Amino acid sequence: MDTEILARIQFAFTVAFHYIYPPLSIGLGLLMVIFESIYVRTKKKEYHILAKFWTKIFALTFGIGVVTGIVMEFEFGTNWAVYSRYVGDVFGSALAAEGIFAFALESGFLGVLLFGWNRVKPWVHLVATIGVFLGSMFSAIWIVVANSWQQTPAGYHIVGEGMNARAEITDFWAMVFNPSSVDRLNHVWLGAFLAGAFLVLSVHAYYLVKGRYVEISKKAFKIALVVATIFSLGQLASGHSSAEGVSKNQPAKLAAMEGHFDKNAPADMYLMGWVDKKEERVTGIKIPGGLSFLMHYDFDAPVTGLSAFPIDERPGQVNAVFQFYHIMVAIGMTLILLTCLAVFFWFRKSLFDKKWLLWVFVFAAILPQIANQVGWFTAEMGRQPWVVYGLLRTSEAFSQAVTDNQILFSLILFLIVYTLLFLLFVYLLNKKIKHGPYDESEDDDRPLTKEIAEVITGNA
Amino acid sequence: METFLGIDYPTWWFLVVGGLFSGYAILDGFDFGAGAWHLFFKTGYERRIALNAVGPVWDGNEVWLVIGGGALFAGFPLMYATFFSSLYIPFMLFLVFIIFRAIAIEFRGKEEMKWWRRTWDICYSISSIMLAFLLGVVLGNVLQGIAIGENYLYQETGFFEFLNPYSLMTGLTTLTLFMAHGAIYLLLKTEGRMFAKLTLLLKKGMIFFMVSFGITTLYTLLYIPHLSDDFKQSPELFIIPVLTFLSIANVPRLANKKRFRIAFFFSSLTIALLLVLVAVELYPNLLMSSIDPEYHINIYNSASSTKSLKIMMTFVAIGGPLVLGYTVFVYRTFKGKVRLDETSY
Repeated sequence: MDTEILARIQFAFTVAFHYIYPPLSIGLGLLMVIFESIYVRTKKKEYHILAKFWTKIFALTFGIGVVTGIVMEFEFGTNWAVYSRYVGDVFGSALAAEGIFAFALESGFLGVLLFGWNRVKPWVHLVATIGVFLGSMFSAIWIVVANSWQQTPAGYHIVGEGMNARAEITDFWAMVFNPSSVDRLNHVWLGAFLAGAFLVLSVHAYYLVKGRYVEISKKAFKIALVVATIFSLGQLASGHSSAEGVSKNQPAKLAAMEGHFDKNAPADMYLMGWVDKKEERVTGIKIPGGLSFLMHYDFDAPVTGLSAFPIDERPGQVNAVFQFYHIMVAIGMTLILLTCLAVFFWFRKSLFDKKWLLWVFVFAAILPQIANQVGWFTAEMGRQPWVVYGLLRTSEAFSQAVTDNQILFSLILFLIVYTLLFLLFVYLLNKKIKHGPYDESEDDDRPLTKEIAEVITGNA
Repeated sequence: METFLGIDYPTWWFLVVGGLFSGYAILDGFDFGAGAWHLFFKTGYERRIALNAVGPVWDGNEVWLVIGGGALFAGFPLMYATFFSSLYIPFMLFLVFIIFRAIAIEFRGKEEMKWWRRTWDICYSISSIMLAFLLGVVLGNVLQGIAIGENYLYQETGFFEFLNPYSLMTGLTTLTLFMAHGAIYLLLKTEGRMFAKLTLLLKKGMIFFMVSFGITTLYTLLYIPHLSDDFKQSPELFIIPVLTFLSIANVPRLANKKRFRIAFFFSSLTIALLLVLVAVELYPNLLMSSIDPEYHINIYNSASSTKSLKIMMTFVAIGGPLVLGYTVFVYRTFKGKVRLDETSY
């Protein structure tokens, strides 16, 4: 295989694997801050237990997130040397800012968050938790800014020619607030909150259907449900605003997302479908003029289609972009439906009797994860054939000094190591969940499980 | 060229990157060193103590690598691109070992089984040894120069060019230096039998370091003469190697007097001075071509625009004190001997 394809596979694989973890860290961080704040204010022990329990699960995701993230930082240099030379002046400063303003904050307070429970006062510990949470939020800012600059470059000019051509920064704040960064940052943040909230919902739903740790789980479930409901609705607004930005700034990507080929005609919106790139046709269930309506509030408004672009400036994998985008949207809608349904039953005071719904929540934790992944695949594959939109092609950006055998070697290495890592992660996560929120030393004041309560009260 | 306090911006950024990598070497250096000794501790209790000595800080220490890498990317993109793509294999191995070290620390305590703990102990120790060694190997390649040709592209295509007698020696020197440094760190964190054992290990470590350092120095002077050019031209620089030797000699002296806190300061200073030595030998080059001096990558032909460097100097001015603040906070919270509790690894 050629070096370009191998380099792309390796980058896609390592970054997709990495992205399982940071959203969980951000989302769980938010829940931990909420639990611990309630504890510090009310001194109620169950919130202390919840905060400690989720911190342990957080630790598992955080560690893997850090090390797989370090791989990303150096992979730009190892595998994308031409790209690095081209963008370093602009992109590098965002990456450096991430390190110094975000990652340092996060990792600095991490030690106190994990090991400081018995060493510092509760409010100092809360400060550490908030520090770690903010650090992870700030991390997202700089990474999304850097990536958004690749989507919609701004605040730069091009200097030099050929191998020596490069983008140089002219206006830092124009680079930071490039046309897509704010929309995309919101979208990423909300996606991360949902990933965390749905994991909390899943674990506590599991305890509830199993009749274990019932009281504490009801409290945690309600809090996470509020978070999940707010942000799944918010994600709808953020997604819409993001799509409007894409239509303005990257019309080829938008056209690929809906498989719209006609140069300048009203565009349909598909609920599902299949794109035939050769025939330039989509088969599926559609709302005629739907995309035109969403973008211009008019079913007959023309939308730029793929035919408006030369073949070598269109995304190569139109069907993949289409499918990824539609999976993301479908999941987004499902999450709204699920959370609203749960809130409805909550108000009817029958939420915790609906075992089937709790079971759905047990498995729903995977949904935001999938949505986050396919969302990024839509964004990145939709940007092709460019690595920096309109400026630098992916096919020109990889390291020329690295041979295909070398990449094959590292790719296989990463495949093995990451598979192992993932299996260990799942195993240990499962173990922590099975173990439950209580430490062995706190065995005695554990609330009674259903079965034991029934024995004691003589109802068995 | 624009200057700030009489020094041009690429030079300022050279100092920043140098400072970051020195910080990283000092901080993660003792983690690697402690990890390299790990299998010398025989009981599960001792190994737990050793692991928890680095437990709360290793992640914060790795921040320096992340910031250093970002700073190199942002300030010297050409250097970042050529450096990492040329030394592809050692850096990939480095990344894999970074992963293994982290998960070994994370996962070891999660199960009681003997085989589980032993596996992670071995994994932790080998990763730490390899990380220290690979850092040294990379340094050796930088000092010797590598086959950079036209367009600053690396010309070799094999797997093992990065291994050669000199880089093996610098690898070994780095490993032994970090082991001595790590032993002193552990001495600050342990008591009783383990403490006594470590005083013996430190002695051995220091001897190994001095021997390999001596050989490396000799090799450098005999076979890589261009590295001493700067010292020949400006004899006043001779003070740096002198200070380095004094600093090294001070470590065993203080260790014998059981003044480990100051000994730790001097082992840190030794690492810093050795890197200052490297910086003086290289400046203004960053990566020398073994093919033609025309292809040397230096701080001027690889630097980002002055505008970009100015922006990042502002970052450093704002962010630096903050980072220092958190670091002090964490080390103060966990200062003194290791105490195990239910949150420990």
